[in-house]
Amino acid sequence: MTTQPYLKFEQIGMSFRRGQMASEVLRDVNLRIERGEFVSLIGHSGCGKSTLLNILGGLLKSTNGEVFLEGKVVDDPGPDRAIVFQNHSLLPWLTVYGNIAIAVDKVFGSSKNKAERHDWVMHNLELVQMAQAKDKRPHEVSGGMKQRVGIARALAMQPKVLLMDEPFGALDALTRAHLQDSVMEIHARLGNTVMMITHDVDEAVLLSDRVVMMTNGPAATIGEILPIDLARPRRRLELATDPEYARCRAAVLEFLYARHRVPARAAA
Amino acid sequence: MAATARAAASVAVATPVPESSAEIVAFRPPVRPAMERALEVARHVASVVLPPLIVLSITLFVWQLLCSEPGARLPPPTKVVSDAWDFIANPFYDNGGVDKGAFWQISQSLGRVAIGFTLAAVVGIALGVLVGQSTWAMRGLDPIFQVLRTVPPLAWLPLSLAGFRHADPSALFVIFITSIWPIIINTSVGVRNIPQDYRNVAAVIRLSWWEVFYKITLPATVPYIFTGLRIGVGLSWLAIVAAEMLIGGVGIGFFIWDAWNSSRISDIIVALVYIGIVGFLLDKLIAVVGHFVSHGVSAQ
Repeated sequence: MTTQPYLKFEQIGMSFRRGQMASEVLRDVNLRIERGEFVSLIGHSGCGKSTLLNILGGLLKSTNGEVFLEGKVVDDPGPDRAIVFQNHSLLPWLTVYGNIAIAVDKVFGSSKNKAERHDWVMHNLELVQMAQAKDKRPHEVSGGMKQRVGIARALAMQPKVLLMDEPFGALDALTRAHLQDSVMEIHARLGNTVMMITHDVDEAVLLSDRVVMMTNGPAATIGEILPIDLARPRRRLELATDPEYARCRAAVLEFLYARHRVPARAAA
Repeated sequence: MAATARAAASVAVATPVPESSAEIVAFRPPVRPAMERALEVARHVASVVLPPLIVLSITLFVWQLLCSEPGARLPPPTKVVSDAWDFIANPFYDNGGVDKGAFWQISQSLGRVAIGFTLAAVVGIALGVLVGQSTWAMRGLDPIFQVLRTVPPLAWLPLSLAGFRHADPSALFVIFITSIWPIIINTSVGVRNIPQDYRNVAAVIRLSWWEVFYKITLPATVPYIFTGLRIGVGLSWLAIVAAEMLIGGVGIGFFIWDAWNSSRISDIIVALVYIGIVGFLLDKLIAVVGHFVSHGVSAQ
């Protein structure tokens, strides 16, 4: 315990109250993430992954424990923890450009001038290959394109931690692969610290430095953390035959489907 | 105009049909002849315009029949037009006092509506946002609004005359108080229906209270606000005509009252038609502005 970790979850517990019923979603979650790490959170539906992400994002307040980012307690939402939302959450009355500009203007209003902010918006749109659609409104582009804009908006805030809540869940396989590659490239170039929720074992192993596996709720916690020791840059074609990749993949599958099956009849 | 444009477009498409494709599609031409298209457009226009025209003609005809016999209490349409011809033909005359043409009477009334309704819109939207955003404001204010909104416009007039001591501010107040309720109620419903997603986005980029208001709340609520404004503008037009009858001066409401006192029944009927048309146009105006402002973002 000589150095402070970059990001630390300490004894996080979360209960929701509905009238007389209190349901405990998370219990005793402890996790340390270093700067520049890419961490995936994987687990069955309803295991509290999103709750944990929202606590880090500041959208929810944990009932127990604290999250520390660079030694400071996280207690409100902010652009240093930009979120890529599951359902893209674009504002329908703004154009694609406007949806990113609203964030850029707010976050860099004092540090960049107008031209720089415009360049920064366009740079991020190009990063996700949406520059050509900058004047379209969200309802005029496909679901995959909306999510690209959502990712560009989060990246444009230059967050200390990028939070992604099943970012590629709604995309078709090709777009998904392409965006996974883009995220890896961006991660390599900018060294973002990323925390991503996913249901996809391949996605988790391909992108992550560590895969955090959650036990099933209620009172879910971290079951196991699997380090992925694969050299970067990673290429999906080469990894397909890589024994280490196969081992990691098997380990996650084993955790999810052998030791922590979907609790069909487990709940009392 | 749209009909001719569409007909012209179909001509342009119909002319350069390539010969090779003519063979393939010979059993069914891709574009019907221009005449046929024009006929269909004409049929469509007719189906929209003809029914009201027919009903209107029948109404005028029955009215003419009923009121033509000697001793009829109301004038038939032909007599209305001949009696009120001066009023219809010269909307811009101005003989001083309250003896002015229809244009001046209506614009005076519209001016009052513009002021009163603008005030109601500003205050109503602000209160609506407050009520929509704060649970306590809603619990405290909503029951009061629900009771007050049922008070008829003219019931406010004596109170407002007592308060303002002048006819003009009283009339403005009556418009204000009549049209504000639907604006408040619709705005607050709109604010309550803003998706949590938008609030999350605003929270993450740390918009200030004021920025949330004009960058998120207002645009997300615009369709609801305009629903309220449309109802409000209709009510304010109802209110001004009634209020002017009591406070006097130039205005289409007092014009009717004045005509009644001089037994100019035909003038009253013409004024009624004008009032109806203006009310209809006000409603359409707000609808068009709303469509433009909301960029077609629907209320869903």
